[in-house]
Amino acid sequence: MEPLGMLIDFTECIGCGECVKACQKQNDLPGEYLETDLSFRNYTVVLEKEGIYYRKLCMHCLDPVCVSVCPVGAFTKTEKGPVLYDPDKCMGCRYCMIACPFGVPRYQWDRAVPVIAKCTFCSERVAAGGETACSWVCPMGATRMGERRHLLEIAHARIRRHPERYVNHVYGEYDAGGTSVLMLSSVPFEKLGFPTYLGNEPLPNLTWSVLSKIPNIILTGGILLGGLSWIINRRIQLEKGTLDQEGNRQEPKTGGGDD
Amino acid sequence: MINSSGGLIPGRSRLWIAVFAAIILLGLILTVKRYMAGLGSVTALNDYQPWGLWIGFDVLCGVALAAGAFVLTGIVYLLNFERYKSVIRPTVLTAFLGYILVCVGLLYDLGKPWNIWHPMIMWNPRSVMFEVAWCVMLYSAVLALEFSPVVLEKLGSQKMLRLMRSITIPLVIAGILLSTLHQSSLGSLFVIVPDKLHPLWYTSLLPLHFFLSAVSVGFAMVILESCLSSRLFNRSLETHIIADLGQFMAVALMLTLIVRIQDLSFKVGLANIFDGSIESWAFLIETACFIIPLVLVFLYRKRMKKSVIVISSAFTMFAVVINRLNVSIIGLARQGGFSYFPTWEEFAITIYLVATGFLVFILCVRYLPIFPESEESEKCPGGTFLK
Repeated sequence: MEPLGMLIDFTECIGCGECVKACQKQNDLPGEYLETDLSFRNYTVVLEKEGIYYRKLCMHCLDPVCVSVCPVGAFTKTEKGPVLYDPDKCMGCRYCMIACPFGVPRYQWDRAVPVIAKCTFCSERVAAGGETACSWVCPMGATRMGERRHLLEIAHARIRRHPERYVNHVYGEYDAGGTSVLMLSSVPFEKLGFPTYLGNEPLPNLTWSVLSKIPNIILTGGILLGGLSWIINRRIQLEKGTLDQEGNRQEPKTGGGDD
Repeated sequence: MINSSGGLIPGRSRLWIAVFAAIILLGLILTVKRYMAGLGSVTALNDYQPWGLWIGFDVLCGVALAAGAFVLTGIVYLLNFERYKSVIRPTVLTAFLGYILVCVGLLYDLGKPWNIWHPMIMWNPRSVMFEVAWCVMLYSAVLALEFSPVVLEKLGSQKMLRLMRSITIPLVIAGILLSTLHQSSLGSLFVIVPDKLHPLWYTSLLPLHFFLSAVSVGFAMVILESCLSSRLFNRSLETHIIADLGQFMAVALMLTLIVRIQDLSFKVGLANIFDGSIESWAFLIETACFIIPLVLVFLYRKRMKKSVIVISSAFTMFAVVINRLNVSIIGLARQGGFSYFPTWEEFAITIYLVATGFLVFILCVRYLPIFPESEESEKCPGGTFLK
């Protein structure tokens, strides 16, 4: 099974918001909240900036930060592409919200039993062979779903054909190690608020380079500290005269009991 | 409550009891509100600033300020500086209470606190938070064991005491390793946000910086605790002990600053220091608090005064507190447009937790052999901690 992805071409978006409504319906979210940014009621939003419409949603990274940082493994990256969240595992530390480079996960601040909210890539529909609600409903075909490899070909073909229309950047091809959601735009992505300095390495490598040193720290640290205390204590005992010349321990002031 | 051996001044004690009672009553009411209506009902946290005062102060500062125990047990039991033995017990007790408070603070901050045990069975070794969870669990257990002789002594259980004494060194080494790991990994938590954390604080050396500053503040806390308890419980305090600890602190501070400044000068971050933004001011205040104690200790190195050492330690404590808040709150506040400022409820619950810890400390001192009873027991070898 080829990994799936979505291609969102901002130049084709007319800002009708059908994707937002379809998303809310699909995920049983109250429909009246058309907000200005992602929230626990909006897994996606359509926004206007620099004269164009653009979408925000979970990028479904290839090596997702949320999957790596979650202490209880509540996030999983599925083979097909969607990054899924298991509310039963979650303990609510919100480290995923801090760590996500795209600022995607949202929280239910007013609930006594809150969960993380984010785009699910309509995993149930997709698992049943269907399409994501937003791409399915889009009247302009601005959002389309398919095999990621195939979508990349389309994206590059569009940039080649209309270099005057697009910035030469398929957002998500390499950003943060690559994402399942790909974007095309006529306006530089940083002007729309998308981070463009994330590099092409998956971010989890940053923390892994620290974490992978732990076994060494424990081993060398343990030996160093143990050795240090061994050497120092023996010297102190020598000074106190509780060791004899061969270095064996002498029982001070005790008469017998050996036999 | 009016008790001459307790040391609290009788006239003032009634006022203090009233203050504590009010703090605790308010804390309990807010606790109910927080669990009934969710985090949003008592905190100013939002989607752009998901961590606030409870993580920044209660957890990050709580852990850092509890660093005294691993620093001091290392000096006393591994390097054999026996003269600091008299401050070991209060330091271990403070650290133990500190870690309990960190865990309780987490119970307030976690969205689903009843799942706090999940890292025990749901493993994710790639997560720094997973490592922190395990280290805090294990180190709390180590601190409980390190403190247990005090309780066993009170109970008069000689057999258990002998057993505990036999494992002192391995226990101390385990404590140092666990502390090293998770003091630093609280910094590693932010290594994953190169784009979000302000360049004045973001560096891949965050773990090293967190560790070194924790060691500095570890010494500072031992000094401050010794001075505070000597006042509260009318105990005499030997100036030479805190003077020595002040020197240790100065060395640790130097290391902290060298690593920090060298690292910053390699980055564009240096250009941001004087740009007048909120971050630049926060950074300048933090750095000043790191430098002042160093300058003070060096100016007075020939004639160490108690007051100078105490002031230096206080500045070191402020420096680390400000640093942790800067990294976890102010350095991350840009994307939310600085929309977060803690509510009075967040402050009230934090004060409630600290006050409760303080009360438990006082009770422990009153009912357990924390401080050597008299000069004789102080001179008796091994007269403290693991007797």
